[in-house]
Amino acid sequence: MDKVMSNKKIIALYVLPALLLILAVVYIPIILTGYYGLTEWNGIGSPDFVGFENYAALLKDSAFWSSAWHALLLAIFSALSLIIYLAVAMVLASKIKGANLFRKIYLIPMLLSSVAIAQLWLRIYHPTNGILNSVLESFGVENTPEWLADPNLVLFAIFIPILWQYAGFYILIYYAALKNIPASLEEAAKIDGANALQIAWKIKLPLAMEVIKVTIVLAVVGSLKYFDLIYVMTNGGPNGASEVMASYMYKEAFKSYDFGYGSAIGFFLLLICLVATWIIRKLTATKDTIQYS
Amino acid sequence: MMSVSASQMHNGKAGSGKSTALKLGYILLYVVLIAVAVFQLFPLVWLLFFSLKNNQEVFNLPPLSLPTDPKWENYTKVWEAGNIGVYFLNSVWITLAATALTVVIASLVTFAITRMKWKASSLVLGLFMLAMMIPVHSTLIPLFSMFNKVHLIDNPLSLILTYVAFNMPITIMILLGFYYALPKEVEEASVIDGCSVNRMFFRIVFPMTSSVLATTAIINIIYNWNEFIFVNTFISSDTLKTLTVGVQNFIGQYTTDWGAIGATLMISILPILIAFLFLSDRIVEGIAAGSVKG
Repeated sequence: MDKVMSNKKIIALYVLPALLLILAVVYIPIILTGYYGLTEWNGIGSPDFVGFENYAALLKDSAFWSSAWHALLLAIFSALSLIIYLAVAMVLASKIKGANLFRKIYLIPMLLSSVAIAQLWLRIYHPTNGILNSVLESFGVENTPEWLADPNLVLFAIFIPILWQYAGFYILIYYAALKNIPASLEEAAKIDGANALQIAWKIKLPLAMEVIKVTIVLAVVGSLKYFDLIYVMTNGGPNGASEVMASYMYKEAFKSYDFGYGSAIGFFLLLICLVATWIIRKLTATKDTIQYS
Repeated sequence: MMSVSASQMHNGKAGSGKSTALKLGYILLYVVLIAVAVFQLFPLVWLLFFSLKNNQEVFNLPPLSLPTDPKWENYTKVWEAGNIGVYFLNSVWITLAATALTVVIASLVTFAITRMKWKASSLVLGLFMLAMMIPVHSTLIPLFSMFNKVHLIDNPLSLILTYVAFNMPITIMILLGFYYALPKEVEEASVIDGCSVNRMFFRIVFPMTSSVLATTAIINIIYNWNEFIFVNTFISSDTLKTLTVGVQNFIGQYTTDWGAIGATLMISILPILIAFLFLSDRIVEGIAAGSVKG
């Protein structure tokens, strides 16, 4: 038995396709990004090694820092919106008839491509014919805003479709986590005279904490590398007001053909995502894990 | 469940005031849930409506008026005018090819990691899991230049390879739990019967995993169908584009024709919506299982 199951040839045959692919498509490119970041390169000729020049330029590049700031703002919005999602999931998980139908309806936007979502919300925000301004006008609002053309509004305007897109996803995760909590705990607390809010705050929240931590990492890291929706809706505009790191990288590499500088941004993005993951894990680390089985 | 209804009955006896409050509370909860549902569905309903109107109706009628005289010709117009049909077919075959490859290759490696004995297995598993933390954007420039060197730019193979690689970790992660849970007797019996490992895997183990395979296939299909940045970067010929990028370019030409834009968007999202109608339980399960992918 053991001899059969440790056949080297078979193991190589089963593992190598996946392994080679992930090395070639994920790991080697990541190393190359690090290397290209140290070069000056237009993407066609051969890269010229310039040391840390790109990174030095990056540190002084206000356009980059403003894109990083926007990504950070999106990350903060996303993390805060988790509170809303959690609250909705708590309601859903509290013996609601049709909870299953509700969570399915909530999930629908999550299944659509960011391009379709972006195009749809471009129409929603359309200054004259969009549904948002039509509704505002019918309420008598004059001078309705140009949502995506106003540098002060654009980030908030972009955040609403993101909220819309991911609501069902996080509600689904929280709902599953809350449903996993044994009903006996809630019953016991009820007998002890706890009210619904106390049960939510003192029992459900701590027991769902592990899942909440994972979702914070997902929301923050997901926002830091956000790209598709912004690329389609505003392409970073107006005048950089909605630029994020990934869209800035894309522009530098594939519009300005500055592949070296683009790679430096890409590598920085990787580092920021890893550091953010590490910091959030540290901040939310608990000494003892809760057991409730 | 029993004890809940018992406690509600108890409340009812204790005083009608409290039970009214309870009822009001529940109504309020439903109002919240319905409000969220309306927020989630409303934009799509509006999209459906304006996809069936002409510009006159879009501009002059109230935004939520029913398309009383539905302009189905918007759909036939965009399907015939552009390459939507081509984009659609490209999306279908690239999505399916990448998904099938991912599921088979991931099954092979998961089987080797969980059921076979070799020293580097945990290291290899670690490599796959770590790959989940790497943002795709950070690999984009080298991937572009690598594919360029081997002449795979503007070739669907570049998409299939990247989709398979980037969806591999999440697929393995979902499969892992299932493979760990397989009883050892399965292999023992087949080894005693003189079965080769290949036969054991393809004839016995692989078919046994069909339900989890369906779950992983579904999330792979959703990710691949909706993928944008790789198509946008690697593919330049119009005839090779998939729906996401195709729709994006196509709509660019129709900035003022709302009906055409709406119809194009509806065509691009309909397959996923129809799949959801029939497979919602599996999709919910798949999304929950694959939730760690950012």
